[in-house]
Amino acid sequence: MRNQSIRTPLGRVIGLGSAKDGTEHWWAQRLTALGLVFLTPLFVVPFAGALGTGYEAVRSLYAHPFHALVAMLFIGVACAHLKQGLQVVIEDYVSNPSCRTIGLIANGFYCWLLAAAGIFSVLKIAFGG
Amino acid sequence: MADVNRGNRPLSPHLQIYRLPLTAMLSITHRITGVGLALGLLLVIWWLFAASTGPLAFAVADGVLTSLLGRLVLIGSLWALCYHFCNGIRHLFWDAGMGFDLAVAQRANLLVLVGSVVLALIVLLLA
Repeated sequence: MRNQSIRTPLGRVIGLGSAKDGTEHWWAQRLTALGLVFLTPLFVVPFAGALGTGYEAVRSLYAHPFHALVAMLFIGVACAHLKQGLQVVIEDYVSNPSCRTIGLIANGFYCWLLAAAGIFSVLKIAFGG
Repeated sequence: MADVNRGNRPLSPHLQIYRLPLTAMLSITHRITGVGLALGLLLVIWWLFAASTGPLAFAVADGVLTSLLGRLVLIGSLWALCYHFCNGIRHLFWDAGMGFDLAVAQRANLLVLVGSVVLALIVLLLA
């Protein structure tokens, strides 16, 4: 007998579960986590070493293509991971509908702003602005 | 849900009564470090933004981050990062379906706690 399901054809095609969201968020958070397993050490160790070494040394570090690339990837992926994580926290603890919506929007704005500022800064340093 | 109008009926106490197992404490710490790292990331990006702006802005940012309070905050953030990193890897194993046996989980509890401190110390030494 064919695999039985009580879902309607439309429901199956859209692919969302009972939370009306599907598994994209769950999977995306695991992907950013996996990326960060590699990116975090590559970014944090040079960053820790660069603290306090002065303006010229810091600029020459992040002008180097490898460190610039690592920094940009780290910032982008970390901000995506942060957005996903904070979204779950807000969804868990904020029940008032208006506060929840505002919180989720503010979360998105904050994480995008952080990512844009970080990536822009690295690009500016790397291209010598 | 706690926000539903309960009249004058009390909520059943739980955190004041039951002691959380270590696994549960590590779990909420994972969440707390995650939220705390939002601030740590902000500091890092502020510092990079200042470095891209100019020497004066950078001097302010670098000065704040390398001050005593700044260093304390950064070391705390570093531990939070290492903890979230180690526990995050444990989560990835769980997502793959591995490590749910109690004995394994309990061993992993210690691995995460010790690993977070060791990793933080290693980064501090390398810096």
